[in-house]
Amino acid sequence: MNTTPQRYSGPAIAAHWLIAALILVAFPLGVYMHELPLSPNKLKLYSYHKWIGITVLLLFVPRILWRLTHRPPAPLPMPAWQHRIAEGTHHLLYLLMFLVPLSGWLMSSAKGFQVVYFGVLPLPDLIGKSEELGDLFKEVHEALNWGLLLLVGLHVAGALKHVIIDKDGTLRRMLPFGK
Amino acid sequence: MKIQTLTLNAALSAALLLAGTAQAVEFNQVDTAKSSLAFSSKQMGVPVPGSFKRFTTQIAFDPAKPTAASTTLEIDLASIDAGSKDANDEVVGKQWFNVKAFPTAKFVSTGVKALGGNRFEAVGKMTIKGQTRDVVAPFTFKQDGASGVFDGGFVLKRMDYNIGEGPWADVSAVANEIEIKFHVVANAAKK
Repeated sequence: MNTTPQRYSGPAIAAHWLIAALILVAFPLGVYMHELPLSPNKLKLYSYHKWIGITVLLLFVPRILWRLTHRPPAPLPMPAWQHRIAEGTHHLLYLLMFLVPLSGWLMSSAKGFQVVYFGVLPLPDLIGKSEELGDLFKEVHEALNWGLLLLVGLHVAGALKHVIIDKDGTLRRMLPFGK
Repeated sequence: MKIQTLTLNAALSAALLLAGTAQAVEFNQVDTAKSSLAFSSKQMGVPVPGSFKRFTTQIAFDPAKPTAASTTLEIDLASIDAGSKDANDEVVGKQWFNVKAFPTAKFVSTGVKALGGNRFEAVGKMTIKGQTRDVVAPFTFKQDGASGVFDGGFVLKRMDYNIGEGPWADVSAVANEIEIKFHVVANAAKK
């Protein structure tokens, strides 16, 4: 009864890789598109970027609820400081998974461009049009994204360390088809 | 005796007033400060509001004789606010309005029809970027004291006027249909 699972649950694994994939598309897209001169292509890329971001925000809700109601596997033996870093990174990643798309949505609203999910579902503007707030949320969105890049880098480096150096089963617990 | 005179005076004034309103009144003094010309484009399904800050319009409208009404509108295209600085810089350019070669857009009515109640319809020719097309613009008319208030709009297809050429001809990014909305306040002619 008290045994903790050896692996992450199916929904937790699915949410992890799905959101990871979406972030891996949205991030470089954001870096690339904002430098482009105004063109139909730019309008399209901005929309795709926003739709991906809103999808992350939508997936975040069931993911965090699942995480709060389901116990993850116990950590494999490792020094306490490493475990604390891993846990801290996880918490901050959850926080940014929510704040990064939210700051993008706020920025879009402040810039006077409503987010219309997939071009068909208009989402409410979170704030009114304002040049100052638009510029502010642009800065916030950018800063949060560099934070996200740093944390994802740390997260991936940690996972690779467990595979290459420790040769333990840490990563396997999150792989979709492992045992 | 005095009271009777007063009543008589009141009755006379009332009769005069009634006659006054029944008389034809032409609204032809446009109040530019109270009038506005707005539009809404759709970019990737996102409605983006815009407006023109400078335009001149002439109106001659008598609600009792709407078919005799006429109107012209001239828009200073460089006064556009298309929703963002980037867009404002872009739309005055060659592929959009080409403001250097075609600084103004013009509408000249050819007729006005009464649609019943306070609803009317202006028919006319719109010229933008050297292209002239027929336009039908339904509007409502409301009398507010000495002012006449005209509210109306129509859908303009930007490709009819080559507004947005080259890559911008892609109507999946910026929709072909642009919603135009006008609000014009015109005062009755001073006698």
